Amino acid sequence: MECKVLEYDGSWYGLLTLIFEVYEYKYEVSAIINHQRAELQSDFFAQNARITTNQQKAERVMKGLKAKTGAQGLTELYEAYLSEIKGVEMLILKAVQYYFSLQQAGHKNYAHPQIIEIKKIVKSVSRERHRMKAFVRFQRLSDGIYFALVEPDFNVLPLIVKHFKERYADQQWIIYDGKRNYGISYDLHEVNEVIFGEEDVMVNQKSIANGWHEEEAFYGKLWNLYFKSVNIKERKNTKLHMQHVPKRYWKYLNEKL
Amino acid sequence: MSERALEKLAILADAAKYDVSCSSSGSDRKNKNKGLGDTGAGICHTYTEDGRCVSLLKILLTNYCIYDCAYCVSRRSNDIKRAAFTVQEVVDLTINFYRRNYIEGLFLSSGIFKDPDYTMERLVRIAKKLRNEHNFNGYIHLKTIPGASQELIYEAGLYADRLSINLEIPTTSGLKLLAPEKDHQQMARPMDYIRNTIIQTREEKKIIKSTPKFVPAGQSTQMIIGAAKESDWQIIHAAQHFYKTYQLKRVYYSGYVPISNDTRLPALGTAVPMVRENRLYQTDWLLRFYKFEASEILNPTNPLLDLDIDPKLSWALRNMHQFPVDINRASYEMLLRVPGIGVTSAKKIVAARKFSKLRVIHLEKIGISLSKAKYFITCQGYQQQFVHLQADKIKHYILSQSTSKYIKGTSQQMQLF
Ligand code: SF4
Repeated sequence: MECKVLEYDGSWYGLLTLIFEVYEYKYEVSAIINHQRAELQSDFFAQNARITTNQQKAERVMKGLKAKTGAQGLTELYEAYLSEIKGVEMLILKAVQYYFSLQQAGHKNYAHPQIIEIKKIVKSVSRERHRMKAFVRFQRLSDGIYFALVEPDFNVLPLIVKHFKERYADQQWIIYDGKRNYGISYDLHEVNEVIFGEEDVMVNQKSIANGWHEEEAFYGKLWNLYFKSVNIKERKNTKLHMQHVPKRYWKYLNEKL
Repeated sequence: MSERALEKLAILADAAKYDVSCSSSGSDRKNKNKGLGDTGAGICHTYTEDGRCVSLLKILLTNYCIYDCAYCVSRRSNDIKRAAFTVQEVVDLTINFYRRNYIEGLFLSSGIFKDPDYTMERLVRIAKKLRNEHNFNGYIHLKTIPGASQELIYEAGLYADRLSINLEIPTTSGLKLLAPEKDHQQMARPMDYIRNTIIQTREEKKIIKSTPKFVPAGQSTQMIIGAAKESDWQIIHAAQHFYKTYQLKRVYYSGYVPISNDTRLPALGTAVPMVRENRLYQTDWLLRFYKFEASEILNPTNPLLDLDIDPKLSWALRNMHQFPVDINRASYEMLLRVPGIGVTSAKKIVAARKFSKLRVIHLEKIGISLSKAKYFITCQGYQQQFVHLQADKIKHYILSQSTSKYIKGTSQQMQLF
């Protein structure tokens, strides 16, 4: 059997199609390349197989996985994929191969090496998702939109859509990932992806502040004051504080600026 | 809202900070009719510099008070700045903080001005306004004012997710000494009423689905630690009593922060008993999640918790005859009692051992703390070699391996298992 390098388009469905074709053509896979992030031009590797994303194939893999390992097992793989960690595609492929080789639900096998690895990644992703729910700080703009800029370690915006949509159902909001340069935007009806091109200005804290609603500064000040007032200095515990609010998140938090 | 609101906020947040509860979980209020907010798993939106979760806007409506409880900054004899929010100011602050994702909701308490009903009525009015006029579905925690009428308490329960009355001083003698105007009966009565109404509502809801919610996140209370020379046994015994009798959701323990040079109390500058507070939280967890009885951990002749080791390890060392525990056979309940194994690891062990007999390497990956557990378990390929050792030897070994963690102690509530 020949060892193949597979290329896909970086999408979740692309990766699932790839998995489908591994079974279809009985590929032995030596590496998986995300075409979006590939550094080398891929025609350099003429022997690479390029996967064309195919919704039907992807959905068949999803269905198969769900039957094999339940919705939770599938969700875990999706979350691992969102981590964008180098090599995660290969790990996901191996986990799927392990699942399909089993009789029972494999995602509960906490002692299997690949599953442990996946769980570890899922845990980090889920921690990041939780942090976004906590540390997103909306700033009200003069046009009434509540805007937040974030730079999550992993690509977690898809995982927080539901939370913010349900919670802030009566206000327009945008959460923008400055690192990946896209955002999610709620218009009182649905959530869509937005990308700000060059001519748009709202990309950094300074330009956001220029667009503030007249009350924004006052409420920011109140919040700051509140944060200071609830501190009990006799109990100071900086180590614990840093553990909960790692420094790299401080830039979102107006009370820490 | 005016600039004056800044000053009020500084005073009334500062006065509220000694109430340590900041939980916003235990309720599942959904967003109704595209309104504002919902209530789910509690989120900490930031942490104070002492490492405590900030989840709610925690303020007093006013710090004027007709009472004179010695341990409280708001006591009437204390010479401090006083302030009072208007109903509208509290509503505006809550809504505007919430919309910016600063908070999960409001925790509103108050000094008692004029009389209990007058105070309670205002607390209720704020909650009602948030729910009815602003369609606010975020979390609301209200303080039940002792002595307020049942009608007002009932109404409060319709809007609030949680109600609480702080016991503060668990012993009758301590309360007599420090807050002679108060008595425990006065606190127990509304707790009893709320418990009964919660149960009744639950029953009615089974028949009539549209029965309105009543205090869906239940009741809680707080005890101050180290103000009235109470023992750990008295505290934990009281906690268990309140959990069982009034079905409280949480008991909070708040290490006394010296705020007065009253000779009945620890002097100014006395350290806050944070390690002790942490050990009490750990004991509380043993009661709630590890199926322990208070009397297994403490009793009148052994009234104090070890400060240098956690209460579960302490229990295990006193009960060496129950060990070693076989990881591949033991019941879930017994796994929970092994030092170094927490609730999550115990569940994982039960799930993973169906696939294969577990070995040390698996336990490491599951994440149990082997440096502690190794003295108390056997598993595939691992024979217990320490059982013959004296308990104090084992304690010595464990302590010498993890000095900083135990000696320093933190106010974190669940990390050390
Ligand atoms: S009644 Fe409450 S606010 Fe008033 S002094 Fe006592 S503890 Fe403080």
